[in-house]
Amino acid sequence: MKDLVETASEVRVNDFVLKIANVNGTGSASANGLLMKAIFRMGVPVVGKNLFPSNIQGLPTWYEIRLTKDAYMARSGTAEFMVAMNAETYKQDLAEVSPGGFLLYDSTWPRPDLHTREDVTAIGVPLARMCNEAFENARTRVLMKNMAYVGAVAGLTGLDVEVIKELVTEMFGTKEHLITANMKAINIGLDYVREHFPDPLPLKVERMDATAGHIMIDGNTAAALGCVYAGATFGAWYPITPSTSLMDGFKSFCEKFRVDKETGEKNFCIVQGEDELASVGMAIGAGWNGARAFTPTSGPGISLMSEFIGFAYYGEVPVVLFDVQRAGPSTGLPTRTQQCDLTLAAYASHGDTKHILVFPANPKECFEMAVQSFDLAERFQTPVFFMTDLDIGMNDWMVPEFEWDDSYQPDRGKLLNKDELEAIEKFYRYEDKDGDGITYRTLPGVHPKGAYFTRGSGHNWKGGYTEDADEYKEVVDRLVRKWKSAADAVPGPVVRRCDAPASRAIISVGGCDGAVIEAMDQLAAKGVNLNYLRVRGFPFNTEVEAFIAEHDEVFVVEQNRDAQLRTLLVNETDAPKDKLVPVLDYAGMAANPKFIVEGITAYLDTLGDAA
Amino acid sequence: MTSMPKPFIDKHLPKNKLGLTVRNYEGSMSTLCAGCGHDSVTAALVQAFWELSLAPESAAKVSGIGCSSKTTAYFMGQSHGINCVHGRMPSVATGANAVNGDLHYIGISGDGDSLSIGFGQFAHAIRRNLNMLYILENNGVYGLTKGQFSAAADIGSTTKKGVPNEQTPIDPCIQALTLGAGFVARAFSGDKSQLVPLVKAALMHKGFALIDVISPCVTFNDHAGSTKSYAHTYKYYHPLVHTDFVAHAEEITGEYADDGAMRVTLHDGGELRLRKTDTDYDPRDKAQAIETLMMNGGDGEIRTGLLYLNEDMPDMHAANKLPQKPLNQLPYEALNPGKAALASLQKRYR
Ligand SMILES: Cc1ncc(C[n+]2csc(CCOP(=O)(O)OP(=O)(O)O)c2C)c(N)n1
Ligand code: SF4
Ligand SMILES: [Mg+2]
Repeated sequence: MKDLVETASEVRVNDFVLKIANVNGTGSASANGLLMKAIFRMGVPVVGKNLFPSNIQGLPTWYEIRLTKDAYMARSGTAEFMVAMNAETYKQDLAEVSPGGFLLYDSTWPRPDLHTREDVTAIGVPLARMCNEAFENARTRVLMKNMAYVGAVAGLTGLDVEVIKELVTEMFGTKEHLITANMKAINIGLDYVREHFPDPLPLKVERMDATAGHIMIDGNTAAALGCVYAGATFGAWYPITPSTSLMDGFKSFCEKFRVDKETGEKNFCIVQGEDELASVGMAIGAGWNGARAFTPTSGPGISLMSEFIGFAYYGEVPVVLFDVQRAGPSTGLPTRTQQCDLTLAAYASHGDTKHILVFPANPKECFEMAVQSFDLAERFQTPVFFMTDLDIGMNDWMVPEFEWDDSYQPDRGKLLNKDELEAIEKFYRYEDKDGDGITYRTLPGVHPKGAYFTRGSGHNWKGGYTEDADEYKEVVDRLVRKWKSAADAVPGPVVRRCDAPASRAIISVGGCDGAVIEAMDQLAAKGVNLNYLRVRGFPFNTEVEAFIAEHDEVFVVEQNRDAQLRTLLVNETDAPKDKLVPVLDYAGMAANPKFIVEGITAYLDTLGDAA
Repeated sequence: MTSMPKPFIDKHLPKNKLGLTVRNYEGSMSTLCAGCGHDSVTAALVQAFWELSLAPESAAKVSGIGCSSKTTAYFMGQSHGINCVHGRMPSVATGANAVNGDLHYIGISGDGDSLSIGFGQFAHAIRRNLNMLYILENNGVYGLTKGQFSAAADIGSTTKKGVPNEQTPIDPCIQALTLGAGFVARAFSGDKSQLVPLVKAALMHKGFALIDVISPCVTFNDHAGSTKSYAHTYKYYHPLVHTDFVAHAEEITGEYADDGAMRVTLHDGGELRLRKTDTDYDPRDKAQAIETLMMNGGDGEIRTGLLYLNEDMPDMHAANKLPQKPLNQLPYEALNPGKAALASLQKRYR
């Protein structure tokens, strides 16, 4: 047995990545979540990423926990401590460990292969054997093996077992036997490493005070909570990863907050549609009828909803679409993340269509922007796309606690009530009375005077059927005016300037945020100073154009092959095309700063002296 | 071309309980071909809703795309309507209905709209037992795209040029029965006396009520080889069950002859009186209904009337435990858990 400390290069406190390789369907998720939560409870900032296959049982999964004392919010892309629980991926997992790093494996069976890297220390713990001896039933043994590595990791890194115990107790509540069993497994791992590896690893978890006022939550749950607080009452959906947990979240919050204790009546309605066409149709029907309605989906769903989206755009029906983006069409990479639907959503449907988009970067913004999305949809009477992705939606993120202002009232837009209808002489649905492109809306059932007929393209300002070109143009010209006016109503951009003056900048979007900020720090250390603007809404706020004008060159950082954000910037601002340099990552993994640093450095290198 | 309002002359017309004449139940001028069956359906709808004294603001009209789906513009011009996309009316109706069950939802579709592009939505709206009146104006062709066969075309029925259809037709009534519809009827646009009471009963039925109305397309499917022509339908027309609808108030005061009719009280008001013209047909027997339709009665006749009735199934609202007060009318205060709840909820994420 090698001396552990001897092989390690440096002692890293609260600054390393713990990566756990598992087989899916073995119940490892709760063990991994427990590890991350325990670190978070110790006051250490964490980034967690779950890499999982499109499969229910038997394929490899990885869970990355980055401890980041500097509170970076992205993956680092490294793995200092690998817990290799999947024999199928041993080779790959060993290869991935950073030089000087560690690999923990189940030594119930001898694994000489895992001891082949000089610069990596392999730590064998006979997890299966110990759990088989300690537990009866086969399933329990498998589950407890996960808890046993939690204990081993705790023992090796200094993770506080009391914190783990506290979490286990919260997890199982009154189920005393489960608490006992899980703690027993944890202690099996802990005792083993204490006995066999008494010297602690150079990878250390130490208490900090950097997580106070923060929570760990995934973006889909946060968005669902936003829907509840926005007063949404209707949701329709067709299951699709990675959006499913959004509706699961909405359902569970509604069960908690929206069910009448006495009558059992539900102040919400969720319909599982027969497909995405039906789901968006239902949401449009509910929006047309005055409810705040939404549908969560992913790119394939948006494709199917396309015709209806155009209908809602022309008919001016408010509805919110949550696009939890994932890679590519159908099978292959549905469980990988990308920002690949930006242009799809911006111009979704046939005919001349342009939509309002919001781009949250993390779960806190998911909560806030979900509420804003409903306000925008009703105010502008149009579909609003909430553009999130698998990384934001399905991973737990450390974010500041959500806040709520009890004085908030939904912005229902120009919605005429019974008395207002009574008072006016004649109502025309698409009459631009205020000259702002936004017309007055009525709901069925309120007043016969408010009746109108909703159609697609063929209507005039009175709401009557028309095939007259001028009448048609009048409507579509107003629609684009209305859309443009949303530029200052969508969430404004966030700008971060570096300390030194900078002639170059980054524009990015959504979940790239953490990676961009970290890349900026790394580049600044190399003398490359950059400013940064994060777009949060579409149509682009005027500030976006001004920011581009202010710089000589702007790197557009995003996660897709075709530089879709850049395309939108070229299309919708006066920015010269060659000023916008694409920096792209479309491997399907949550962003890490590496591609940004490398992309920008490579570009600057090509400029050579000219830079 | 813009839509034309109809000239409004109603001085001497009788008024219903709301003080409205039949003219108040009309919509804009039809742009369909003269003689199109769909216009007769519109006339029957106007008549039925006037007789029911349906308040204009209590109805919401929904439709897809097709000549048939245009019908929603031609009646009840003082009600909201939505003419959505091809084949997707049921989903819009589902969402609208979910958030306000107090309205009467009147859906109009065609055989193309419901049985091809929208077959899935048609089926699933039935499965959810959406509380709505669903009129399928069935002409065996796609009228609006100029006469292609629809999925309702019978085997052997020909195009104008004599080309026969060789694919098995979809019978919307059989489909509706197997999918669990509680009110399934077939009618003919040429028989208003049958259609009007059926429309009234269907509207008052709590749950999905389908009326498949054979509604000939005079332009593309009214020739000799067609089985959806006026001539063919008149020839093989075979009312199976005679339906009367009596509003409750009338029943109390009105004459009550023991005519052997089956009497059914509907949840949303009114009473149905069903008289069988075929003595051995029972509109409560689903298996018999399916068999009769599948075998075409053995004689190729088109059996019409209220073919099946089961008024005791929970509709979508009941199944989802939706509140008495429509969701779209709940005050925001009833929906928002508030600041304190948010703070306490977040403890679980610490
Ligand atoms: C997505 C889409 N595909 C095709 C069409 C063209 N289209 C319009 S109406 C129609 C068929 C309508 O047939 P049916 O529902 O039977 O109505 P009818 O005109 O016969 O009353 C078709 C195919 C369309 N409007 N939308
Ligand atoms: S084409 Fe046929 S269905 Fe369409 S309006 Fe003319 S007759 Fe009616
Ligand atoms: Mg047709």
